[in-house]
Amino acid sequence: MPDQEKIVFTRAEEKNGQGTSRLRIAVIGGRETVMGFKALGLTTCPAANAQEAREALRHLTRDSEDYAIIYIEETLAAQLSAEIDIFKDSPTPAIILIPGREGSIGLGQSALKQAVERAVGTNILGD
Amino acid sequence: MANTAVTPTRMVLNQLKGRLKTARRGHKLLKDKRDELMRQFMDVVKLNKQLRVRVEEGLTGAFASLQVASAIMSPEMLEQALLYPRQSVELGMDFKNIMSVNVPQYSFHTKNNDPSEIYPYGFAQTSGELDDALDKLARVFEDMLELAQVEKTMQLLAEEIEKTRRRVNALEYVMIPELEGNIKYISMKLEENENATKVRLLKVKEMVLQDAHHYQQ
Repeated sequence: MPDQEKIVFTRAEEKNGQGTSRLRIAVIGGRETVMGFKALGLTTCPAANAQEAREALRHLTRDSEDYAIIYIEETLAAQLSAEIDIFKDSPTPAIILIPGREGSIGLGQSALKQAVERAVGTNILGD
Repeated sequence: MANTAVTPTRMVLNQLKGRLKTARRGHKLLKDKRDELMRQFMDVVKLNKQLRVRVEEGLTGAFASLQVASAIMSPEMLEQALLYPRQSVELGMDFKNIMSVNVPQYSFHTKNNDPSEIYPYGFAQTSGELDDALDKLARVFEDMLELAQVEKTMQLLAEEIEKTRRRVNALEYVMIPELEGNIKYISMKLEENENATKVRLLKVKEMVLQDAHHYQQ
């Protein structure tokens, strides 16, 4: 009897894990970029260069499944495209590029362009 | 085109006809799926474009305010003020089914519901610009969350459209022509056999008649 109860319990837990579980959001970027997000309660990973950003990304995606959204600063993401592309087809995590302190360099738009090109076969947005 | 590996029998012909019917039906269904996915995709793309512009503008504004704040305050003070967040964000995720593509739906809760609670510091030692920057950041954050959802949806839909498009093309340009070719090959072969049998029978009849009656034509 106690065995059965245990099984029921773990199943309920699993279901909870897949449904509306408590997930977290992370931001990878330069120290100044990340600072503000910390106050909002997001997990922040300051990274000074691409190498550090790569390690942070690896850490966030491999060691835990808690992170559903990861925001990455464009300037760093430019050098991590291979790593970012891996997650394009999986439902989680969503990796979203955000502009850094210096303003947008247009890389964020590239995700849009890539998706359109992939789906339609050509860029029909005209830019 | 006709694959010579097929055996020209009536049974194989029937099988191939059945497969052709299934392939045609599948092709039509997949084509419809592709069209509907494409329609949804274009809506998502439009939304994504708007959100992207809004988020980039909002973030640029927030960072500018933060820059001003960091110019007024000493770096140590700024660091200290933001070091320990009072707010914490929890993200709930559900999946929504768009044409059998599971796309994530985020819902987010903050631990403190009071909007003034986003400031994790006392007001005495910090500048007003920092409050301003955080306020802007908190506002743009909701757009960022929606952007994440929309962008992921867009990527997943793009993948599904690519897959469906390939399937449609494979059916249209490879499977169906090949099946048609094979069916044509078999039916021609069968007809040929039939003709051969007919001719043989005529010949045999002639021979039999000649044998029996010394019949000459």
